Amino acid sequence: MGMGNGSGTEVSRRSFVRASALAGVALAASDAGCAFATRALAAEKDASTKDASAGADGGDERIVWTHCHVNCGGACVLQCHVRDGEIAYVESDNTGDPSFGGFQARACLRGRSIRRWINGDDRLNYPLRRVAGTRRGDGQYERISWDEALDTIASEFTRIRETYGNESIFIQECSGVEQNFMMNNPFFRLFNLLGGEVTRYGNYSNAGLSFGARPYTYGGSWGERPFSSIQEGELVVLFGNAPSDTRMAGDGAGYDLNVVREQKHAKIIVIDPRRSDIATNQGVEWIPIRPQTDAALVAGIAHELIASDLVDVDFLHTYCVGYDEQTLPEGAPANSSYYAYVMGTGYDMVEKTPAWASKVTQIPEARIVELAHQIGEAKPCFIAQGWGPQRRTNGDSAARAIMLLPQLVGQVGKPGTNSGAREGNGGFAIPTLPTGDNPVTVKFPNFRWPEAIKDGPSLTATKDGVTGADALPSSIKFLVNYGNNMVANQNGDVNATTDIVRDESLCEFVLAYDVVMTDSCKYADIILPDLTPQETWTLSSQGENNNSEGIWLGQPTTEPKFERREVYEVCADLARRLGVYDEFTDGGKTREDWCHELYDQCRDDVPNLPSWDEALAHGIYKEQIPVTDGGTEDFIDDPTANPLKTATGKIQVYAPELAELAKTSELAEGDAIYPVPAYVPGFDGPDAESDAYPLQLVVYHTKAHTHSTYANNRIIQDAHPHNAWVNPIDAEARGIADGDELLVSSAQGAIRIPARVTNRIIPGAVAIPQGAWHDADMDGDRVDAGGCVNTLSSRHAIAVGKGTGQNTAHVQIARA
Amino acid sequence: MTQYGFYFDGTRCTGCKTCVLACKDRFDLPSEIANRQVIEYEGGSWERDADDCWTTSSFTYYLSVACNHCDDPACTAACPVGAVHKDEETGLVLPNDDTCIGCGACAMACPYGAPHVDGQLGHMVKCTGCADRVAEGRQPVCVEACPQRALAFGEIKDLRAAHGDLAAIAPLPDPSQTGPNVVLTEPAGAEAWDAADGAIVNAAELVGIQA
Repeated sequence: MGMGNGSGTEVSRRSFVRASALAGVALAASDAGCAFATRALAAEKDASTKDASAGADGGDERIVWTHCHVNCGGACVLQCHVRDGEIAYVESDNTGDPSFGGFQARACLRGRSIRRWINGDDRLNYPLRRVAGTRRGDGQYERISWDEALDTIASEFTRIRETYGNESIFIQECSGVEQNFMMNNPFFRLFNLLGGEVTRYGNYSNAGLSFGARPYTYGGSWGERPFSSIQEGELVVLFGNAPSDTRMAGDGAGYDLNVVREQKHAKIIVIDPRRSDIATNQGVEWIPIRPQTDAALVAGIAHELIASDLVDVDFLHTYCVGYDEQTLPEGAPANSSYYAYVMGTGYDMVEKTPAWASKVTQIPEARIVELAHQIGEAKPCFIAQGWGPQRRTNGDSAARAIMLLPQLVGQVGKPGTNSGAREGNGGFAIPTLPTGDNPVTVKFPNFRWPEAIKDGPSLTATKDGVTGADALPSSIKFLVNYGNNMVANQNGDVNATTDIVRDESLCEFVLAYDVVMTDSCKYADIILPDLTPQETWTLSSQGENNNSEGIWLGQPTTEPKFERREVYEVCADLARRLGVYDEFTDGGKTREDWCHELYDQCRDDVPNLPSWDEALAHGIYKEQIPVTDGGTEDFIDDPTANPLKTATGKIQVYAPELAELAKTSELAEGDAIYPVPAYVPGFDGPDAESDAYPLQLVVYHTKAHTHSTYANNRIIQDAHPHNAWVNPIDAEARGIADGDELLVSSAQGAIRIPARVTNRIIPGAVAIPQGAWHDADMDGDRVDAGGCVNTLSSRHAIAVGKGTGQNTAHVQIARA
Repeated sequence: MTQYGFYFDGTRCTGCKTCVLACKDRFDLPSEIANRQVIEYEGGSWERDADDCWTTSSFTYYLSVACNHCDDPACTAACPVGAVHKDEETGLVLPNDDTCIGCGACAMACPYGAPHVDGQLGHMVKCTGCADRVAEGRQPVCVEACPQRALAFGEIKDLRAAHGDLAAIAPLPDPSQTGPNVVLTEPAGAEAWDAADGAIVNAAELVGIQA
């Protein structure tokens, strides 16, 4: 029985050490607030002291506190048990109240498996240089000294800056080390001392919501409350929001929702093309929806709310503009209200009945009608979307439509409600390494960086969302990829992206700096070996939580191995070569010095935070704080005296800014901008199916890795294997059985991936998690054996936010 | 004699497998060995209506399982050399690595797929209930790890007093076979163990548990 008895291949196994003798760590339950935290700290110190002399085999074992650091939205506590200079095993937060509802920043499976990731045999150990005569992407590198590597980087920086200007220098985002006070800030700090660099705005997570939807609806983030504010017996409606998959931490949003489900008896409905994990064991209802049609569902619900007199017209007239004709802002044409859109007297002149919506969404008409009544009659009602819908090619309008729903029923801005955007989060934001002032002010949307390499000046304000100039002054010629896997993994259309980076006549120097040899590293000219945050000094806040806050101070678990070096001191060495060492280091500060200084700054805002010396012994500080109320009271009390930061000062069902953008923007195929949250099918939308590519792709976040970080840690991948979810109906039509190797192809490329035949995906769609590592012969057939979903995704940006539409693609599947 | 056991709150579990990986980290287990596992169980079907809309009767639930430290352990009975015994003080079913010959009879006999032969170590490996930690008044690693607080460990009489005496849902076996010391709160959509209509759908992720 079973699967054989071989050992893991990634690291040698150590012998199991029997005793840990951590008596006293499991603490008594506690009250909220600072007293709780103080007691937890005291107990931790006690545990550390005891443990130092423990170990049944006589070896010294000590606990080093640090944290997980990746871009999942959390940052969980790690207690690393270190023996003989190696991490023996990892525990997480076991301080304070362990009960359901208590505050423990318990790491998920990824953090608990970090030992094998840190000790993986694919770690980078030495600086590497691409072998002369080979191309980027060939993957042939030779070891060089740090001096040679840094001399090359410094001279290339100087040459390119002098030739093309500082606008040709670009530092990519650093998702792989996002939860950390250092991030990629040393590069910004260094380059800002030398004239600056062109910068990005937005990210791959929520550009649609943050840049395409919220500014035109609420004037920014407004009315967002955490799941922990949900009230007794309340109805919760989630669109494309999978907190049990994406926020897995023991103090995260998924936990908060699970707690209110049980303790507040919340009734939860999720609308999603796939059955996410919140809709498994918990008694949460799943309404399967055809991908990319959320705005049509909202329109159908709106029609039924209108027909049944469930619209809160008083709320809409008091706080919103453009729901109906009488609150349209000045200058808006007749029949441009949302009411006119829904009733078929404006725009496409089609009445958006539940029957109409059912044809678009593939949700039965009766269920849409029932859902409208559930939402219309629930007071309060908590409506939140995830980041899946807004990452589609119609993401701006979909996000605005979902936000409209609580407005229609007057369930925003009040206790127990949410804005219809993502659930709120709060807590304490730690200071990060200061980066100084960047003299270059032009910015572009991050999704467009490959095009900024290919032909920067072709990126314009009206077409691409460039800010600070009508167009980019220069193409990117010097690219720093620190702590990211953008080139060959996480950006839309890997084949197109790597073609651009591979062309040495375009970007003239590419630096990769990472802890492991990603496929993206293989497109660099120089590769530097990093330390993981667990191997150096680190500082982080707790992550995305609202009713609690934590500050984690991490110390090096082990000595640096091989020639791995952390980013700050490497940039200091570059600064020395570039003549700005003293300014860069502010008179010789080390990473530890900055950690200390910024920790002390935290104490200004968190008065009960222990001293640095105490923190060295304790590692973590946490306290529970009041749930924020969304900051809505002033506007609700008097919307005229306390306007929102929108053009009209009100909540905008009709956004005059969008009406203007519709006139001035140069839009790509399939794009449309409406001033009201109309259903826009979008580029490669639901109706774009073809005989070649008949199935809609659904991209989601798996539990096995955070984006592409940890996707090389075999032990987690074996627990949650990478596969494509296929409905039994679609599988049967193609002769596909569970476990079959599939070829999944789109207009952009093809991947190999095993089939998971499951009821958890709506027929007509295929769900594939993002983040698996690309693995293809780029001079051959380019079929990606690693199953990276971005081999299938496109370069299409969304119409308003100009961020990624990567969740949209049509595909075909066949047995490989 | 004290009898310890596990409690699993099926309504809280989200299938993340932190319990599985925390155990693998603490005991340095490879992918091919698991002292705790999470079964994914699925059933139902899809229907297309006259308007081309979809409805589904499908359901999915997760079940975290480990050794149930049974009253009548099948592994103990099957072992030809007496290398797995029920501890008199705690009721935990514990292996003896020194006398175990690694024959795998225990693994074949256990209806829960709990023991596994580790070919590298040359003997059977199974959940010990983290007996050493428990002796110090601590909780097993998996229990302390669960982000959703879906697991508990304690004296089985206390767990039953608090949570009832349900010891099996689909796809677990007839509990009368071995007297498992486990208490379950059933997840939404749970099927009775003797009226199972669904199937284990993640067999490829499991060790010693067949679909």
